[in-house]
Amino acid sequence: MSCKKCIESPVIKLTNSPVSLCKSCFIKYFEKKVKKTISDYKLIDKNDHIVIAVSGGKDSTSLLYLIKKIVGERKDIKITALAIDEGIHNYRDESLEFLKGFCKKLKVNLKIVSYKEEFGKSLDEILKTYKGIPCSICGVLRRYLLNKKAKELKATKLATGHNLDDEAQSIMMNYCRNNMAISARLGPLTGIKKDERFIPRIKPLYFLTEKEVTSYAFLKGLMDNFKECPNSQQAYRNNIREMINDLELKIPGTKHSIVNSFLEILPLLKEEYSKDSKLIKSCLKCMEPCSQEICKTCIYIETVIKS
Amino acid sequence: MKVYLEKTNEYKEVRSKTLKEILKELNINPTTVIITKNNELITEDSNIKETDEIKFLSVISGG
Ligand code: SF4
Ligand SMILES: [Zn+2]
Ligand SMILES: [Zn+2]
Repeated sequence: MSCKKCIESPVIKLTNSPVSLCKSCFIKYFEKKVKKTISDYKLIDKNDHIVIAVSGGKDSTSLLYLIKKIVGERKDIKITALAIDEGIHNYRDESLEFLKGFCKKLKVNLKIVSYKEEFGKSLDEILKTYKGIPCSICGVLRRYLLNKKAKELKATKLATGHNLDDEAQSIMMNYCRNNMAISARLGPLTGIKKDERFIPRIKPLYFLTEKEVTSYAFLKGLMDNFKECPNSQQAYRNNIREMINDLELKIPGTKHSIVNSFLEILPLLKEEYSKDSKLIKSCLKCMEPCSQEICKTCIYIETVIKS
Repeated sequence: MKVYLEKTNEYKEVRSKTLKEILKELNINPTTVIITKNNELITEDSNIKETDEIKFLSVISGG
């Protein structure tokens, strides 16, 4: 079936309904879905300062563009883009150059925070001695800086470019590894509890597939032309992704079903695991929230970065 | 005809004549790519000619 509303040629076939949409209808469909997610889940409030985690990739670039488009005119809302510079030669340096230009064009403030300045070493330097999986340490350091810097910027929301595929993968990964406590922290809006150490996180692209986000970015000229991170090693996620994509091909709509079923049980998960969250301590060294006495980042700083 | 695969940055010679067959021939899951014909976005149901410039762009972003 092709676009019923007009006679232009279709650009995308939706996976959860037997409809193909033309360029202008798809862009409308996409933006409407993002707005609906924002209003259904109350992702944005009056007087919010939204800090958007950006990497230069298609997801966060589309997200920044859309948030600016949707609430950019509102006087009560402030938007800041926050990029983490891990210090990955021939990769992050290129995407940061792109981001500087893009944010300037969009008239959004861009704050760049680097591992080198914050921890004393760039990721490239860390990896000279660290022989574990790069993404393990890199992911911990990045999440830490995003939360810490968003707080310093006095953000009331931290927005990330996670899409439906990312979420479906995370749900299945946690499911297969019996990590339901971690799943309790997923969803389009997280961390609303009155714990000032956490900035609430919002995912406005939550109900859009990776293919839809890529199509949108392409049609809007927001595509990144960057290669993959040279350290990317996410074997487990890649396995799960492949499994879900195979299923999606055979049973269209699988991704949406995984996420929608999950959202039905999420309130129960949150209730169950909120007991645990009272046990969240503050790291004795840096005061950031953590489950042990000393947070993972401070442990990495002591055992890996300083050594 | 020849098609371009962005993920591996290479041109591939294919025997198939339709996009759906090409996807099968190259063992590409259509949910993992977007397809452009002469730099316009198209669906896998679209018609193509020998002379069209066809690209498969990966939707998966790393890092
Ligand atoms: S792919 Fe891994 S190493 Fe590269 S930026 Fe992402 S988390 Fe860091
Ligand atoms: Zn249309
Ligand atoms: Zn700490």
